[in-house]
Amino acid sequence: MLDVRDLSVDYGSIRAVRGISFHLAKGELVSLLGANGAGKSTTLKCIAGALKASGGSITLGGVAITASSPEQVVRAGLATVPETRDVFPDLTVAENLMLGAYIHRRDRAGNRDNLERVHTLFPRLAERKHQAAGTLSGGEQQMLVIARALMSRPTVLLLDEPSLGLAPAIVDRIFEMIDTLKRTGLTIFLVEQNVNQALALADRAYVLRLGKIVASGTADEIRSTTDLSAHYLGG
Amino acid sequence: MAFTIQFVIDVLSLGGAYALMALGLVIIYGILRLVNFAYGELIMVAGYTLYLTGGSGLPWIVMAVLALAMAVVFGIFTDYAAFRPVRAKSVTAVLITSFAFSNLLQNAALLFISPRPRYVPLPEIFSQTVVIAGAITPVRNLLTIAASIVLLAAVAFLMRKTTLGIAMRAAASNFTMARMLGVPANLIISLAFALSGFLAGVVGILWIGRIGTVVPGIGLEPLLVAFIATVIGGMRSLPGAVIGGFLLAFIDTTLNYTLSQDLLKFRDAFTFGLVILILLWRPDGLIKGPASGQRT
Repeated sequence: MLDVRDLSVDYGSIRAVRGISFHLAKGELVSLLGANGAGKSTTLKCIAGALKASGGSITLGGVAITASSPEQVVRAGLATVPETRDVFPDLTVAENLMLGAYIHRRDRAGNRDNLERVHTLFPRLAERKHQAAGTLSGGEQQMLVIARALMSRPTVLLLDEPSLGLAPAIVDRIFEMIDTLKRTGLTIFLVEQNVNQALALADRAYVLRLGKIVASGTADEIRSTTDLSAHYLGG
Repeated sequence: MAFTIQFVIDVLSLGGAYALMALGLVIIYGILRLVNFAYGELIMVAGYTLYLTGGSGLPWIVMAVLALAMAVVFGIFTDYAAFRPVRAKSVTAVLITSFAFSNLLQNAALLFISPRPRYVPLPEIFSQTVVIAGAITPVRNLLTIAASIVLLAAVAFLMRKTTLGIAMRAAASNFTMARMLGVPANLIISLAFALSGFLAGVVGILWIGRIGTVVPGIGLEPLLVAFIATVIGGMRSLPGAVIGGFLLAFIDTTLNYTLSQDLLKFRDAFTFGLVILILLWRPDGLIKGPASGQRT
């Protein structure tokens, strides 16, 4: 579904991602693990089209999206949920969701059905649809950005640290929702620092360290063969 | 009574014009985080279009529509000529190109038309007056009030009820995120410039309706007024721009009515003094804009 080969990304003169390759098969949940500064978010931003790749290629369902703009990437079927949890705070929950369906704005009936589906997944959002998104709690905002991404009807969903800065009970619920989404057949790329919870959900995982992939395999393989704490503590 | 009515009409008509000017400026600022210094020249373009079509024998309303259309075209052209080529570079680069573009247009008018004021054709209605409850009122003030009410309502509707308007507000709050949802960046920016140009065109016609002539530097005062109104109201808030415009008009009109002849020369000093006080009290302007996102 998503195929990344030899991807390199520069931040100014610093090479943040150094020739990494990975792939996601249809319906798979693959996790990208690594400490702060390993290059996880950079990788994600590059796939989403928000950063230019300085080398390598990205293909989505066989179509090259390496040099695509963010608008083109989402049209190609890949939705991104950035770690910064970017709701539009002054817009209502309903308006945020409506913008999620921007690329399908002419298909009103389809959007209505999709909105119903999203409201079933996240009933809280239906209750608060007329509220400004900025007034939601952190967990609700996280639900909103995921729901908004789903409104674009993606084939691949990129999730950047959905658990960041949330209370443990809420983190559990977010991971439950990701599991539910996985069961619907959605291909998910999950970037996480929360290793144990990410591995519990993931089919496979890659470990990123200083811009390079240092380990990969099924969740069990990663757990048994890789000393993750070393990568996280920088040892 | 007559005095009160006259005062209210003065504040509303001046405030309506100020509010429209400020709105045109803040629409661009909200999305690009850049002050378009060539904004005043859009008013100039509208003025000279009226002047140049003046001898054509067309009905005035057609000339006015042409003037509006030219302001819109030049608004979009500003984006292509001054903003788009350097948008990704730095804020300084864009500030300089927008200044340069403003200068270029002004000097083109100096060179190809004239540095001297040119009379602009205006319909009778701009010089007529009516008496409302004893207050003698120029009809153009009432026209200004009507135009600003209609346009403010139309902009509010566009921004709140249409998908494109909501997408523009989203882009103003977080441009990159809006793009990640498929909102086309260039379309939204062109649309903002077109809207800004349209507002400048309307303001241009109303403004020139007060003065009757157009000169190359005509845009400077409206630009300054719009800039101050947006600073008072909050640089990134559309309602703030409107409130700022009316507040500035209220201050100006009050000073006009109360200052003695000798002090009236220093009206701007009093106005700016009050502006400084307002900013000391609310450094971010009266209304805070959407929570900050990064610029593109």
